[in-house]
Amino acid sequence: MAKGLFGSSLMKKFWMALTGIFLITFLVVHCLINAMIFFDDGGMTFNKWAHFMGTNLIIRTMEIVLFLGLILHIVDGLMLYFQNRRARPVKYAYEKASASSTWYSRSMALLGTLILLFLILHLYHFWLKTRITGLTVEPSHIFFDGHRYEDLFSEMKFVFKHLWVVIVYVLGCISLFWHLLHGFRSAFQSLGFNYTKYKSTIAFMGDAFSVIIPSIFAAMPVALYTGWIQ
Amino acid sequence: MEKGMNLKLKIWRQKNTNEQGKIVEYPVSNVSPDMSFLEMIDVLNDSLVAKGEEPVAFDHDCREGICGMCSMFINGEAHGPNRGVTTCQLHMRSFKEGETIYIEPWRSEAFPVIKDLMVDRGAFDRIQQAGGFVSVNTSGRTLDANAIPIPKEDADKAFDAATCIGCGACAATCPNGSAMLFVAAKVSQFALLPQGQVERKERVLNMVKQMDEEGFGNCSNIGACEVQCPKNISIEVIARMNREYLMANVKPEN
Ligand code: SF4
Ligand code: FES
Repeated sequence: MAKGLFGSSLMKKFWMALTGIFLITFLVVHCLINAMIFFDDGGMTFNKWAHFMGTNLIIRTMEIVLFLGLILHIVDGLMLYFQNRRARPVKYAYEKASASSTWYSRSMALLGTLILLFLILHLYHFWLKTRITGLTVEPSHIFFDGHRYEDLFSEMKFVFKHLWVVIVYVLGCISLFWHLLHGFRSAFQSLGFNYTKYKSTIAFMGDAFSVIIPSIFAAMPVALYTGWIQ
Repeated sequence: MEKGMNLKLKIWRQKNTNEQGKIVEYPVSNVSPDMSFLEMIDVLNDSLVAKGEEPVAFDHDCREGICGMCSMFINGEAHGPNRGVTTCQLHMRSFKEGETIYIEPWRSEAFPVIKDLMVDRGAFDRIQQAGGFVSVNTSGRTLDANAIPIPKEDADKAFDAATCIGCGACAATCPNGSAMLFVAAKVSQFALLPQGQVERKERVLNMVKQMDEEGFGNCSNIGACEVQCPKNISIEVIARMNREYLMANVKPEN
């Protein structure tokens, strides 16, 4: 059965699409919660939500599923990448690839690697500190309404004090934009949704999603660095 | 008629499958803009033979865009710069005077070079043999195909898929070296018709299995194949094959 689930080229493609769509839904949740910082209330709303995400049992279970999904997406992607390289051992002396496809659709492995590099730094900045080592900022907790909350908002301000970090985050978002621009519609094609009647809707949704979500993400470090949000 | 065109050709020369090949440069002159691309190579070959050199080996048969033999990668594109045509339907008026033209064979692990520009596309035959057919009982009272009612839209879609000539441009163009457009066209052609229902599920399973065994790459929906396909087959057929494959895996028996 394991061979049946991963063995064929088409099965690898389905897993790529399924994990991709799963990661897309994660991006929506992550983006909505982080966008709470734009209430500009000193991080009050954001910290409450971050507390919920860090303590709710269902969310914490989903966090494990998320990591598994991410790993599957990466491993599957690497397998596809190396198999595809073997499928054309001798390269063309002259290849005009731009005549028939976009550069980003041909560069999903590269874009994925860039996103992964960003992700390692990102996990170090926030996941590691909230889940394992504790926050760097002092005091690491604040109180309101008689509850004790981790001050993740102040941690964000602390992390985004450095210009190079802001630049790396923005570059990560740009890589994500290109990756999604192909990945979103590609996932639906892989799952077989390419009836003429859905095609333009999916393409439009994919383009809009690829622009909106990474832009909101990129605005966060920029807003905190420039002091737009206090 | 005014004087013909002068061109610089950079052609892949390779003695046989095992020997190393290389790009060799040949000037050709007096090429009429009305010649087809293959006629232009004929002119070059005449001059090579006259000089006692080995002519460039290339595949061709019908020279009218229906056999799919004239596989050539011309100036970085399968079947050259024009859309919806094969190499034999490409004319020299599509090139500029003095232009340098690269001519290479299909590059794919599954299509070994036999000689110069000729490749062995036997992999496609084996995929076809794995399921690209319908078993029809021809003895006794056979049913006239025209007597079976088929919705017009399905008939049109099946016909569009059936126009695939098995040329291999899709696999040659695909940055992943994937043959999905070809296989999907063959699967779709039968999946849409009542005659194809009996073997519908095992067909898609067996053809995909054979495709993987031949060493083709994996589709990542780049879409270069549909742009370069001389029969303008849309990647919609690939989406259909994906659905067919998924369904066949969920419930393998018919
Ligand atoms: S799908 Fe198009 S490019 Fe591929 S083999 Fe058929 S005709 Fe040639
Ligand atoms: S020679 Fe038959 S298609 Fe070109």
